[in-house]
Amino acid sequence: MSSDHRQPAKRTRGMALAVVVAGTLAIALAASSGAASGATNWSTATSATSGGGLSALIKAAKAEGTLNVIADPKNWADYGVEISTFEKLYGIKVNDENPLGTSQQEITAVQDLGSQSRAPDVVDIGQSYALANASLFAPYKVAEWSDIPAANKDPQGRWWNDYGGYVSIGCNTSIVKVCPTSFAQMTNPEYKNDIALDDPPTTANSAFSGVWAAALANGGSLANIQPGITFFQTLHHDGNFVETPGLPAAIASGQTPIVIDWDYNNAAETGLNKAKFKWTVAIPTDASFAAYYAAAINVKAPDPAAARLWEEFLFSPKGQNIWLEGYARPIELPTMIKSGSVNKTFEKLLPPVAVAAKYPTQAQVTAAEALIAKEWAASQS
Amino acid sequence: MAILVLAAIFFLGPLISAIRFSLEQTNGKDGLGNYTQLLHNAALGGSLVTSLEIAALTTAIMLALMLPTVVWVRLRLPRLALLVESISVLPIVIPPIVMAAGLATLQSHASAGLSNLIFSSPLTALTPVYVILAMPFAYRSLDVGVRAIDLRTLVDAARSLGAGWTTVLGRVILPNVRTAVLTAASLTVALVLAEVVIAETLLYTTYPVELVDTGQAQLGVAVALSVLSLAITWMLLLAISFIGNRGASRARIGRLL
Amino acid sequence: MGSVAVLEQSLPEDPAARRRRGIPRGAWVGIVPFTLYVLVFLGGPLYEVIYGAFTTTGGSLTWHNFSQTFSQPEYRSAFEESLKISVVTSLLGGFFGVWLACAVVTAGPRSPLRRIVGSGAGVLAYFAGVPLAFAFIATLGRYGEATTLLGHVGIDLGASGFDISSLTGVELAYVYFQVPLMVLLITPALEGLRPEWREAATGLGASTFGYIRHVAAPVLAPAILGGLLLLFGNAFAAYATSYALVGIYVNLVPGWIQQLISGNVLVDENGIGLALGVEMIVVIAVVMVAYGLLQRRATRWLR
Repeated sequence: MSSDHRQPAKRTRGMALAVVVAGTLAIALAASSGAASGATNWSTATSATSGGGLSALIKAAKAEGTLNVIADPKNWADYGVEISTFEKLYGIKVNDENPLGTSQQEITAVQDLGSQSRAPDVVDIGQSYALANASLFAPYKVAEWSDIPAANKDPQGRWWNDYGGYVSIGCNTSIVKVCPTSFAQMTNPEYKNDIALDDPPTTANSAFSGVWAAALANGGSLANIQPGITFFQTLHHDGNFVETPGLPAAIASGQTPIVIDWDYNNAAETGLNKAKFKWTVAIPTDASFAAYYAAAINVKAPDPAAARLWEEFLFSPKGQNIWLEGYARPIELPTMIKSGSVNKTFEKLLPPVAVAAKYPTQAQVTAAEALIAKEWAASQS
Repeated sequence: MAILVLAAIFFLGPLISAIRFSLEQTNGKDGLGNYTQLLHNAALGGSLVTSLEIAALTTAIMLALMLPTVVWVRLRLPRLALLVESISVLPIVIPPIVMAAGLATLQSHASAGLSNLIFSSPLTALTPVYVILAMPFAYRSLDVGVRAIDLRTLVDAARSLGAGWTTVLGRVILPNVRTAVLTAASLTVALVLAEVVIAETLLYTTYPVELVDTGQAQLGVAVALSVLSLAITWMLLLAISFIGNRGASRARIGRLL
Repeated sequence: MGSVAVLEQSLPEDPAARRRRGIPRGAWVGIVPFTLYVLVFLGGPLYEVIYGAFTTTGGSLTWHNFSQTFSQPEYRSAFEESLKISVVTSLLGGFFGVWLACAVVTAGPRSPLRRIVGSGAGVLAYFAGVPLAFAFIATLGRYGEATTLLGHVGIDLGASGFDISSLTGVELAYVYFQVPLMVLLITPALEGLRPEWREAATGLGASTFGYIRHVAAPVLAPAILGGLLLLFGNAFAAYATSYALVGIYVNLVPGWIQQLISGNVLVDENGIGLALGVEMIVVIAVVMVAYGLLQRRATRWLR
């Protein structure tokens, strides 16, 4: 944000000088102690091997003792299981800040919290946010780097895709008589006050993808998201669109009976609410849109070793299979199927897809995000 | 009379609904499931500890700053009473969200050293601001308390017996304005346990922020927690009025003797 | 929250203040810590807001942020909604608050009704924010108790277009703390209406209406107007309730400020958020000054 552009020189010079002196001393001290013990500075290590191997990484991460993740909801692609498994495996405490936050909130936290000890160590963000903020992230390559297709990673290793899914329509059958299975049906007046995105598309990648899917259904393309914006403008104008974010409690309380969100999120809601109502999941028949999220390590991560160990864990077959159990499609799925390391039971849980989606290119993602940022607020007022 | 019936429905309805709603479990049966979930929620416990620490520190700083000022103004600067009081009311003019905006900007401009020193912990970042937010009503209730006693006589008597200013404040004035201090303290604690806007904007997980997060994930649990919060606030206010009354009656007895 | 409620206890002027004029030499040292504290911890954030609102990211003076808040439809509509919600809820809160307070005051000072409403108002005026929002969702949400109850008698709240997570829902929740606040604010003034005045008026041949029109109304008017102003300011600054009910994307000024300062990478709109903040301060400051002036008039009859 503005901290990058403005020069606070006048107001903080004295303080800055003191900090520089103190910082220099600290670095000098750290350097001398590091040299003595031969320890690796993990905040610059670009792979586990370059830092002295996985066991050295585990040792350093255990010494840090904590890991700060941000915006990883418990029921989102089974992040709750990822976290508890990691904690048990390595004895490292994981703080999940703002679990229901958006990609933008993750970026803001990285920018605003700087090198504070509470700053996020790692993020899991939408593709456009990774592309626009690559300079905030540390280059690192997990052991399975070569299993990730070239289109799904930054050549320098500052971000790489982790898991993905399809935009889907979740629907509460106790409130909605006939659940929509396409975007075209959603303009029907019977859905007054029913349809929600899981968050605003200006800050959340999931909702942004929902708008893009709507664009595909309304004559748009991966190069043109505009019809999606117009579609939601119509929904808003007709009163079918609910402003409330379709988060778990809003679904459970019936505030958002129809939610456009990732298939893995909607699939998780089915199980969570089965005692109260039936929650159906449908991939819209008129739009098949899929996208991956991106993992990245904060360049100023307060727990640099734990951050790297977390990524190693997530991209090991164990971590990838947990995402699969949460109905998401891990990036290494094709190679895991080939090598046989995939959990067959979890693989069968994946929501069926009729038409495999094409993924947007990086340039298309950036252009679409820019248009949403410019047009969305005005289209909804 | 119509208004009384209306008021009873409008005000008791949500309270009764909240209690009933909190007893509905996810398995469809009624029970205390949402309440027992609270006990297993480590994040909630942690955030409550954080908020209670902030509340204690805020109350301490508020009293240490405000009580001497109120006494001093009444004793030595009565001409400036109105001015100082007006200053203490200023925070009301600034909505919490604007305060949050100012602090967020401050944080992003602060040097790395300063930001690590102050903003890495909610205790150091939020406490100073919460003292400011508590100021308008804390100052007023302390002022009311101090003016109800014969300040000058008490202070002169204590000073002539050789008491220093610390003794005068802590052992002479404080016991005599106990009710006012308790009121100011309880309002401060209530404020800290309810303030969500500043903490949320600056990305601190205090108890009220955790309550909002819980509300987005598990509504039943959040409603149960709200019912508990209200009950606790009510008891806190009752307890204070009880202690206050006891203090008052003792003062009356003292006068009779 | 209802922090403005504290202004209800207006302080009569200390007679000692008039007797001892002049400031003893060196006495001002005693208020230095307090003043310094306010200057740093209130002045600091306030300075950032004002500075940021009037400057570009490069640090040069600009009016751009303010002109954006006036010209962009989303900010204009947020301001309209904020003002509307404040006016509507303060009028509703004021009307029902005065009515309720009248019913209670006429019941006599020792009636149990007086005690119940008095202590209830005290608690409920502070029952704002997050817990209140959740209680309302539990009542009027799709699976809320009242919604279910109405469903049994054939009224479908959802189909009627009512949504608790909308601005109408927020208004309803605001009224919940505005009414008790008005009761607290207006009761002293109602108690100040001396029975003798009424006796004197009827003795001189005035009807009940005449008494209300020529005696009660002029005496109460400043207090009621002042109360309305406080209610307005209270609603205008409030955010926690709507935040818990609707989320940060509620179309009210505080919601926009939070969105703008949380920032979007592609457009740096921090300054617009701060400009909206300055505008909020100005609105509330005007309201508070007006309240102060009215308060002086209101207390004239109540000594």
